[in-house]
Amino acid sequence: MQGGRALTPKRLVLLAGLLAIGIAAPLVLPGYQLQLTELLLFMVFALAWDLVGGQMGYNSFGNVLFVGLGMYASAIVQVGLFYDVGLYNEARGGGTDFVFDASQFLSGLALGIPAAVLVSALAAWLLGSLVLTMRGHYFAICTLGLGIAAGQVAAGIPWIGAGSGMLTPNPPESLGDETLLLYYLALGLAIACALSFAWLLSARFGLALNAIRDDEDKAEAMGLRTHAVKVTAWVIAAGFLGAAGAIYGNLVRFIDPTQTAFAGATIGVWMILMALLGGKGTLLGPIVGAVVFQITKELFWTYLLGWQRVGLGLLIILVAVFFPSGIVGFVRERSAAKGRAGEQSP
Amino acid sequence: MTMLLEAVEVTKAFGGVVANERISLAVPQGAIVGLIGPNGSGKTTLFNAITGAHAIDAGAIRFKGKDISRLLTGDIARAGIIRTYQQPRVYGGLTARENMRISASIRRAPFIRLFTRPRGDVEAYMDELLDFVGLAEKMDARAGDLSFGQQKLLELAMALANEPEMLLMDEPTAGINPVLIDGVIDRLKAARAELGLTLLIIEHNMPVIMDLAEHIYCLAHGKLLAEGPPGEIQSDARVLEAYLGAA
Repeated sequence: MQGGRALTPKRLVLLAGLLAIGIAAPLVLPGYQLQLTELLLFMVFALAWDLVGGQMGYNSFGNVLFVGLGMYASAIVQVGLFYDVGLYNEARGGGTDFVFDASQFLSGLALGIPAAVLVSALAAWLLGSLVLTMRGHYFAICTLGLGIAAGQVAAGIPWIGAGSGMLTPNPPESLGDETLLLYYLALGLAIACALSFAWLLSARFGLALNAIRDDEDKAEAMGLRTHAVKVTAWVIAAGFLGAAGAIYGNLVRFIDPTQTAFAGATIGVWMILMALLGGKGTLLGPIVGAVVFQITKELFWTYLLGWQRVGLGLLIILVAVFFPSGIVGFVRERSAAKGRAGEQSP
Repeated sequence: MTMLLEAVEVTKAFGGVVANERISLAVPQGAIVGLIGPNGSGKTTLFNAITGAHAIDAGAIRFKGKDISRLLTGDIARAGIIRTYQQPRVYGGLTARENMRISASIRRAPFIRLFTRPRGDVEAYMDELLDFVGLAEKMDARAGDLSFGQQKLLELAMALANEPEMLLMDEPTAGINPVLIDGVIDRLKAARAELGLTLLIIEHNMPVIMDLAEHIYCLAHGKLLAEGPPGEIQSDARVLEAYLGAA
């Protein structure tokens, strides 16, 4: 469905309210800054997955590839601007040899995030040209393989720390709490992502994505440049995933090639789960899904420690069985059914 | 008269079954040409060959004098040939109106145009087309929820919205309310007269095709059986035999 609707005053008030909450949240809940930042990044993960997986119907299991590439690209730029990356990783980034002052740390981030966007988008363009000619299960399996392979490749490159991983630059004391900075970066990214997707989906591009989802051969026979549309969508998604990965790496501060960067079993699956939970193929769905997911995840990890994976597994089953169209899809179907019932009654 | 579309000795076999055997036909610019024949005679196979859904084994297909038999579906569509299907194909998850929006002359538009919204006058024309095929009240219904006949009409409206130079239609009146069939015929004739549209139509409904087409090709068992103006075809002994069996 197309998401483009006019900005009514009511909507503007709602958006302003959400923005105020977004700005105030880490100040009101200082104990949850980390989780809130993670939530904003999860929103970007879910939104970006849904652009290709939901709107376009290409179920990618390897989007974590772009998260990881962004993570490494940013960390390498952040370190490489001031030190030799190989030596830094050999020394495990520690000691007094590798110190970053406030301006170094900030300029590193300022260049690292755009670099992450570029690297991920470029990778999506190169890989997409090949991978996006596959469909259905073949595409899903191929992307899954890409994500796993990337982790193994990264674990074999000593220059970026190989299997021992890479530390992001240590934030200087003078900067105060760097989590707050990362939170606002994530907030800006999430807003940019949601707004640009809203715009894309209200333009013909959104319809082109949906047309490919519904009947790609028909779309091609109608003269739509389906391949260019598919690659473009993947590149856009990858750009946002790369930026989110860059921030995420700095948030957790340690990039393990298979457990953080190319973590197919966690982030890779979570981003899909969040989109499904909220309702795939909608703009609001992935956002709602990320909120619900992050809350349940934190609750499970706090109260069900040891059983948290079982809890998450149950959540997946419950969504698949009872809310196959997700929370937003479920609510919309309900209101549509109510609307029909209303028409019929005299 | 210049030929817009020419098929020259087109041959296509699936394993041992020769679905099209050395079929030649020509469609002049601005004409309405019919393609008839019993089920399984190779009509849709020929459509698939023309639109690039599958490669041909031998022969040539020329559009505006250029060979298109090696081009891919999308390139053929962008060259100006659009088709509709026997089983209608619409974008099921989109509303009827959204189906129209994404069909509106996309084949000629530069890629960047996808990042804009349709203009107001285009929107008005889309609504007018939907209104014409009797789907004005279904504009906001999911295309996938429409009936077979309604999907067929929507597909026709989408094809017209695309503004092709040549339209290949696979049984346009099958499953359509008889009351609407006359309207469809009139609209196709009007599209030819006003937009210069050239039509090649597969049809089983004889009164319809005899009314519409100026020239008819009849296939049987993958071969060209007869061709000529509707009057001749109607009384051609070979055609009658192919349809009704030997007397």
